[in-house]
Amino acid sequence: MRPNNKEKLRKRARAEWRFRSYGVMSLLFAGTALVFLVSTIVSSGHSAFFKTTIELEFQLDAERLGIDTPYTRENLWAGSYYTAARYALYTLFPEVTSRPNKRALSKMLSPGAELELRDYVVTQPGRIGETVTLEVPVSSDYDQLYKGHLPRTGKHTKLSAQQMEWFDWLVGEGLIHYRFNPGFLTGGDSRYPELAGIGGAITGSFYALLVCFLLSFPLGIAAALYLEEFSKDTRLTRLIEANINNLAAVPSVIFGLLGLAVILNVFDLPRGTPLVGGMVLALMTLPTIIIACRSSLRAVSPGIRQGALAMGASPVQVVFQQVLPAAMPGTLTGTIIGLAQALGETAPLLMIGMVAFIANVPATPLDSSASLPVQIYLWAESAERGFVEKTAAAIIVIMTFLILMNLLAVIIRSRTQTKVE
Amino acid sequence: MNMNTVYSMNNVTAAAALVDVHAAEEGLRAVSTPGLTAENVDVYYGDTRALRDVSIDIYSKQITALIGPSGCGKTTFLRCLNRMNDVIDGCRVSGSITLDGEDIYAADVDVVELRSRIGMVFQKPNPFPKSIFENIAYGPKIHGLVEHRTDLEACVVTSLQKAGLFEEVKDRLHQPATGLSGGQQQRLCIARAIAINPDVLLMDEPCSALDPIATSRIEDLMWELKENYSIVIVTHSMQQAARVSQRTGFFHLGDLVEVNTTEKIFQNPVDPRTRDYITGRFG
Repeated sequence: MRPNNKEKLRKRARAEWRFRSYGVMSLLFAGTALVFLVSTIVSSGHSAFFKTTIELEFQLDAERLGIDTPYTRENLWAGSYYTAARYALYTLFPEVTSRPNKRALSKMLSPGAELELRDYVVTQPGRIGETVTLEVPVSSDYDQLYKGHLPRTGKHTKLSAQQMEWFDWLVGEGLIHYRFNPGFLTGGDSRYPELAGIGGAITGSFYALLVCFLLSFPLGIAAALYLEEFSKDTRLTRLIEANINNLAAVPSVIFGLLGLAVILNVFDLPRGTPLVGGMVLALMTLPTIIIACRSSLRAVSPGIRQGALAMGASPVQVVFQQVLPAAMPGTLTGTIIGLAQALGETAPLLMIGMVAFIANVPATPLDSSASLPVQIYLWAESAERGFVEKTAAAIIVIMTFLILMNLLAVIIRSRTQTKVE
Repeated sequence: MNMNTVYSMNNVTAAAALVDVHAAEEGLRAVSTPGLTAENVDVYYGDTRALRDVSIDIYSKQITALIGPSGCGKTTFLRCLNRMNDVIDGCRVSGSITLDGEDIYAADVDVVELRSRIGMVFQKPNPFPKSIFENIAYGPKIHGLVEHRTDLEACVVTSLQKAGLFEEVKDRLHQPATGLSGGQQQRLCIARAIAINPDVLLMDEPCSALDPIATSRIEDLMWELKENYSIVIVTHSMQQAARVSQRTGFFHLGDLVEVNTTEKIFQNPVDPRTRDYITGRFG
């Protein structure tokens, strides 16, 4: 053994240890950042899945509700439920008599209270004449106060001392409840934060992704199959290949402009709809799918092709019965990752007009609609305090979908790996 | 150069006994008609000539071995026999190859039909990434050989039995074929090839990826299959050629140097190149 070998070995061991600790440190840093991000979003967003309600007794008096007989749908809808809802609140506070005070008190009720009362009467007209107890939503400021997002004192206070006193009394009486808010997941957007839901955006994004998948998956596979299995290696095909790879790197806003110029202006399809959004997203996703599909086709062992050919399969049979099925897991993984990317894309959707305020949940891909990322963008720039938690909650929703999609991709990949072993 | 020196040089003594059996069988099969005949076959890859003027008769119900050093064109020739070279860009075949008197390169020949009559087994086992059952069933399905599910099942079982694999896999017919061992996979590929009942079976170094035990099982299998099929085997192992084949062709640099009964090739080769190769001077 040479004399300086020990020193060399020690140096090498130290270098190795150093390298490992760099790795651990960067992992720790990334992990901390992730935990910070997720915990911030969850802590500020979880309360949006809950709502504050007030328990009120409503006298369903036909005269007070202003409902004419017979109780047809039109007549029921025409009732003045706003007045009725306010009246139910006033009866809890007989001492409040002056008009300004009554007005300040009525601010406690969300416009949703009126709507829920109306829906109740319209669906159960037989109850008219009875007194019913319903839980109806309080307005956003009270909701935020109850959730502890609004300071009780200081310049950011939205409510007067009197208003808070009334509310505190109701809390003391046990009439204020904290409930799960299914409307957030199923309802459409609203000007009132306590009523705003993400259902419309989820549906819009779902339709857009569906259109995107239906367009880009078959087109992408067809293009990949042709390039990989059937085309001759010419200058033209090589040019096309290079350009497909380049397309994957084009900024998404440019695809949005293309959609605006071609799909909206030339083909005159309805603006701001999931159909058009999905078409633009498909343009973006296509290169990802083509690249994923081609590399999985290339990874299929040539032995399988030869084997099938030698069995007397035609080239098309070889491709569709042996090669494509073997390449499918990789293609699907790539597709899901492409779709997950498309789900988070905002810029192209802004360009094709999916940025309007839409309160309805779209029934078809041809209705104007919101989408998840644009909804986050819209809520994030809203002034009301109530939208802060909505924004964070919408982020939770979109992240959940992204994680689920990536999980699916991982499951598909690991399934096929065990199969091959 | 006599027989004994050849085999002592290759350290295989058992094979010598087999050669005697071959000699006896050869006499019985003297009336054997050629099933597959190649005449003046030239193959070009682009401008390179890979095979020069190859003429050979493949007798039915016999095993014909093709031997020769790497790159001599024996695999290229084998692939000509079921037109697998068609899919290679720039590959051109001239001359004539006939199967039962019909030119397999004629314009009206359906390659699909041809390949159903001439099966092939490859160097590396290449089961489809599907179940064992699906692997065997694929050929009968695409050629429409079976109508009912029960016929298909029977066909799969028979093919596996013929390939001597059935007992080992009967409990896991619907598990992935990729889970089998190398030797089992190769026998599966043979079962797959004979499931469509070909006339000729081409084998391209079928044992080169296998251990000696798996190799001997495949050789036993070939011995049995010879009763029903004509087999052409490309092999690097001269012992294997001597053990299993009745006729042997020696390729060198694109020429078919010599073809004769295995006995003659190994005991008394005519061409000095053959003699040098089988005695291990080169290759």
